[in-house]
Amino acid sequence: MNEIYEILENIFPYTWIEYDFMKNALIAVLIITPLFGILGTMIVNNRLAFFSEALGHSALTGIAIGVILGIFDTNLSMIIFAIIFALFLNKIRRKKAIATDTIISVFSSFSSAIGLVILSRGGNFSKYSSLLVGDILSITNLEILYLVIIFIVTLTFWCLCFNKLHAISVNEALARSKNIHVNLIDNIFVILIAFIVMFSIKWVGILIINALLILPAASSRNLASNMREYHLFSVLISLFSGILGLILSYYNNTATGPTIVIIASIFFFITLGISGKVK
Amino acid sequence: MEKTKFSRGQKTLVQAKITPALACGLHCIKIIDYGVKIGTTTILHNVNLHIHCGKLTAIIGRNGAGKSTLMKAILEELPHEGRIEFKNMKSQRSEKLRIGYVPQNINIAKNTPTSVYDLFASFISNSPVFLFKKKRLYRIVKEQLKMFEASDLIDKSVCDLSGGELQRVLLSIAAMPIPNLLLLDEPISGVDRNGMELFYTTIDHLKKNYDLAVLLVSHDLDYVAKYADHVVLLDGTIIKEGTQKEVYESEEFKKVFGNVLLMNS
Repeated sequence: MNEIYEILENIFPYTWIEYDFMKNALIAVLIITPLFGILGTMIVNNRLAFFSEALGHSALTGIAIGVILGIFDTNLSMIIFAIIFALFLNKIRRKKAIATDTIISVFSSFSSAIGLVILSRGGNFSKYSSLLVGDILSITNLEILYLVIIFIVTLTFWCLCFNKLHAISVNEALARSKNIHVNLIDNIFVILIAFIVMFSIKWVGILIINALLILPAASSRNLASNMREYHLFSVLISLFSGILGLILSYYNNTATGPTIVIIASIFFFITLGISGKVK
Repeated sequence: MEKTKFSRGQKTLVQAKITPALACGLHCIKIIDYGVKIGTTTILHNVNLHIHCGKLTAIIGRNGAGKSTLMKAILEELPHEGRIEFKNMKSQRSEKLRIGYVPQNINIAKNTPTSVYDLFASFISNSPVFLFKKKRLYRIVKEQLKMFEASDLIDKSVCDLSGGELQRVLLSIAAMPIPNLLLLDEPISGVDRNGMELFYTTIDHLKKNYDLAVLLVSHDLDYVAKYADHVVLLDGTIIKEGTQKEVYESEEFKKVFGNVLLMNS
């Protein structure tokens, strides 16, 4: 860890990097924002924005369940609940007979309300309010290790299965006729989203996590004309917003997550303007 | 990964061009006792159909007759009764049926950065399209698109294609590797007259030169009259089948469609 710290100090010779918590935060940003950029591409393509939003909200319920069951590490209950919730929502989403957005919305509000009710028992909610906005400066070495593992798993999945995932998003029946395991790949994808959302929620915050997943990919769509450009721009925009947001939030003493979202949003509007001129 | 995909004895159109396996007419696909129930409603029952390679079999019928349902059942998209048999008539041996499918539409919104190459490669290869454009694969895709007069489209965005262009791209994807049974689900919506003519002549070319059977769901009775070898009138089950003439002049046909005027007959 110390070696990485040294490298960071050499790359960024500024005062803000002198604190260990800032170094940790920077490492977290460098790992997680590219992931947001990559996953976002298919979340936008598959019109899953609603879905990932609901998933973010389910974090409250997961924690609440952990509190009730008396589990020491509420992260565990949060992740397990999120995975079950993700698979469940995905099943509903694939049943095309029902108006999906409405149903997802209902379950999302229901589960977050349950979470809020349980967590606010006895007026104790302030203990959990940091979850709403997140706090990147609190990230620990162990959590960074988790992020690295997720990073590797996601990239592996993406390299091995991206084509199949893309094929499924275009047309399921066609994908199935090419012997692609539609349900399996799709479920792995939503489980991955669940993992990443849950691991980043603590420092990004429930309120805005979805923005970080959607905005880079949405901006990239305005510029890209094929899958390679789509991913490249999305990752770059995400990474750049992340780093700049972290630094700005340090100097202005603001919450980091929202600062990143503001920068990513500005990117979106700029790219929208550019695409309007080009196309 | 991709190499194994092609070497599994599957004939691609590109390879097949060198030694065209002419339609032998010796393969027979039997759909036996197909039935589909959704809830308590029976949509299809007792569908028995023989499809021969080198022939275009067209399914016609009113809206809600179960045409698309039959397609979905053959694709195993829907739970159904009955089974499919694929036999080589010469050796009397059953073989594994490979199905190619041209869907009605695809889920690509405006502004989606997917090029035709990305789309094509996603279905036939595992080398990740988000990382690099593989030269060898690019050539294969281009060759295949050429057969369907679509090779100029390879770098175009899929969302910018016209209805006819998209159909040709989808057809070339479905035909790689060459399937035993090609399913076409109402492929003519949103396609202009020229595009339709081109589409049907391509299918005609396919079925004549390669060892495959074509099953087509269509609303356009004119094109069915012109190109189909065998016509199946469906209404919950097969109510009439035979040559175009036999079916179009039957009582059952008149009952379903009334006295329609056909442009080409």
